[in-house]
Amino acid sequence: MTALQTPPGRTEVPGAANGSLGDHARQYLGRIRGGDMGSLPALLGLIVLCIVFGIMRPVFFSEINFANLFTQGSQVVLIAMGLVFVLLLGEIDLSAGFASGVCGAIMAILLTNDHWAWYLAIPAAILTGVIIGVVLGVLVAKVGIPSFVVTLAAFLAFQGLVLLLLTGGKNISISDPFTVGIEKDNLPPWLGWTLLVVCVLGYAGVQLNRARSRANRGLATDPLSLIAIKVGALAVVGAIGVYFLNAERAINPAFHSLKGVPNVVPLIVVLLLIGTFVLSRTTFGRHIYAVGGSKEAARRAGINVDRIRISAFVICSGMAAFGGIVAVSRADSVDPNTGGSNILLYAVGAAVIGGTSLFGGKGRVIDAVLGGAVVAVIDNGMGLMGYSAGTKYIVTGVVLLLAAGVDALSRRRAAASGLR
Amino acid sequence: MTATPILELRGIDKSFGPVQVLRHVDFTANAGEVTALVGDNGAGKSTLVKCVGGIYPIDSGEYLFDGKPVTVHSPRDASALGVEIVYQDLALCENLDIVQNMFLGRERTRGIILDEPTMEQMAGETLDRLSVRTVKSIRQLVASLSGGQRQTVAIAKAVLWNSRVVVLDEPTAALGVAQTAQVLELVRQLADNGLAVVLISHNMNDVFAVADQIACLYLGRMAAQVKATDVTYSQVVELITAGRSGDLGLPTAAVAAAGNGNGSHDGGVTDLGDMNGAH
Repeated sequence: MTALQTPPGRTEVPGAANGSLGDHARQYLGRIRGGDMGSLPALLGLIVLCIVFGIMRPVFFSEINFANLFTQGSQVVLIAMGLVFVLLLGEIDLSAGFASGVCGAIMAILLTNDHWAWYLAIPAAILTGVIIGVVLGVLVAKVGIPSFVVTLAAFLAFQGLVLLLLTGGKNISISDPFTVGIEKDNLPPWLGWTLLVVCVLGYAGVQLNRARSRANRGLATDPLSLIAIKVGALAVVGAIGVYFLNAERAINPAFHSLKGVPNVVPLIVVLLLIGTFVLSRTTFGRHIYAVGGSKEAARRAGINVDRIRISAFVICSGMAAFGGIVAVSRADSVDPNTGGSNILLYAVGAAVIGGTSLFGGKGRVIDAVLGGAVVAVIDNGMGLMGYSAGTKYIVTGVVLLLAAGVDALSRRRAAASGLR
Repeated sequence: MTATPILELRGIDKSFGPVQVLRHVDFTANAGEVTALVGDNGAGKSTLVKCVGGIYPIDSGEYLFDGKPVTVHSPRDASALGVEIVYQDLALCENLDIVQNMFLGRERTRGIILDEPTMEQMAGETLDRLSVRTVKSIRQLVASLSGGQRQTVAIAKAVLWNSRVVVLDEPTAALGVAQTAQVLELVRQLADNGLAVVLISHNMNDVFAVADQIACLYLGRMAAQVKATDVTYSQVVELITAGRSGDLGLPTAAVAAAGNGNGSHDGGVTDLGDMNGAH
């Protein structure tokens, strides 16, 4: 009476045909037509924006401006990477911007006023972010207040907290070389190349290993040509980036040479890899998608939904702490508006422009990076064109609306074509 | 089948506050058989199923599994015994694919990494064992599946874990003709694979198409559990609507008592006319 014996001699799994490159291309096109566009709008937008700004203001493509894009965009990108986790649940964190301000202020106070070493002050800032996340998460998951309200309240409260921490809104400067160096210093050129090679080889290794282990079990695999294209694209894009960042960009190189990949780039890449790994390769990540897709299904599957929701807020605020650290490093100081004004909306915009859905259940960490690049390019390019801050805000707002519109419409389209 | 039933309930009572929903219900499910659980709205089918699944604790009575008395306090206890329930709303995540849904909450891992190849293989084998030919790829998102395919995935999810008893709550209620046929075929396949299948349905055609046994609840009491071949369509309808049919079902006194005790809260008695008219 043992249930369900496997009949002998079955090896084939339904749908386990190895598609050719053409099949994959057709499938991809089909997905896009069905409304599942992923990061494609962000990528296309990025290319178009770069070309437009490059033609209008040739200085846009100068080495110094290229490096600036990374340092300018890093705070928004880091916050957006954390926001992806919260957005995946269909929640929102409006307080992430000022949470990053609070964490930055804590770090600056510990460094400057209390003379802590950076290796204590930075973890303290991140711990602050984690604690903020626990409080927000418990209020949302356990008490049951909508995340919009909780984080809107926290948005106000943290704004006040920064003012109190900075005792009436005084600036606190930092001079710790390591902390300042996160944004201000660059990797030696050879290290930039080495890291790129490691990344490309690592990516190729992971892809090939995956294909081999699946092929060994008779499961469908990506064709080798597709893997080659992916690895090749990464190598080419990475090489162009590293090449330009390694070029001399100082106005007077004899006085002070300025070249190499900014330190913040490997920081973002490492956090991106960790975030992507967690979301796509671990049980925890799978459960985040599940809770975002259907809370009830997740609950019935035995997933501790409250724990997942709290952890998402912890990750979001923790990443906001990284954003705060980077912001303080870039300005050498913290002021009451660190993490304020447009930062939060830029971060939400970055995640959504990159392809993360505001409705939950769909999104990746890389979305935040691509969308963040779009936001940074708009901000930077329009600045170069001489537009005022007012125009920049309006344009960025319109782009955010556009991205959210694409998200909503593509959902409808996907529903019609049965994809979602 | 004369062997010990896998699942046997004896004298189950269940009340919610002052309302007694189940009165001394006996129920058995045998391996290799489809047992249909029928009854009018408010007869106690869902409550009985939730007691089986460990969502509601039973007030009194015996829960026997493989002939041995067991206590089931939570859905986890029920899963541990091998009892799986597929609820009407299926509870699938549309943004995940078939494999991911089937393993949701019970993912296979190697270290901390999800073991995708193993999960994909096991999911494929399970679908194959159930002779499922309706899904194109097991890496399809559930969002892209039809109602019947979703039902299939939910059922496959339930039997993936070497379960012994599978309870299906109205699996065909929302399906068209062709998809209903597919799902019923799958239900039959489950029983042929040696599982005890409990099928809740309002559709007498479905019940007579696949059921080996028919258990009929009437206002919280088990009116009768009989072989499907021993009764006619109209007898079952009478059991559902009146609690008795000829010498089958509850004694007249009990029917009256059940009517007095429970009729007020669920409207079961007043619906009788409609029910008869519908068939």
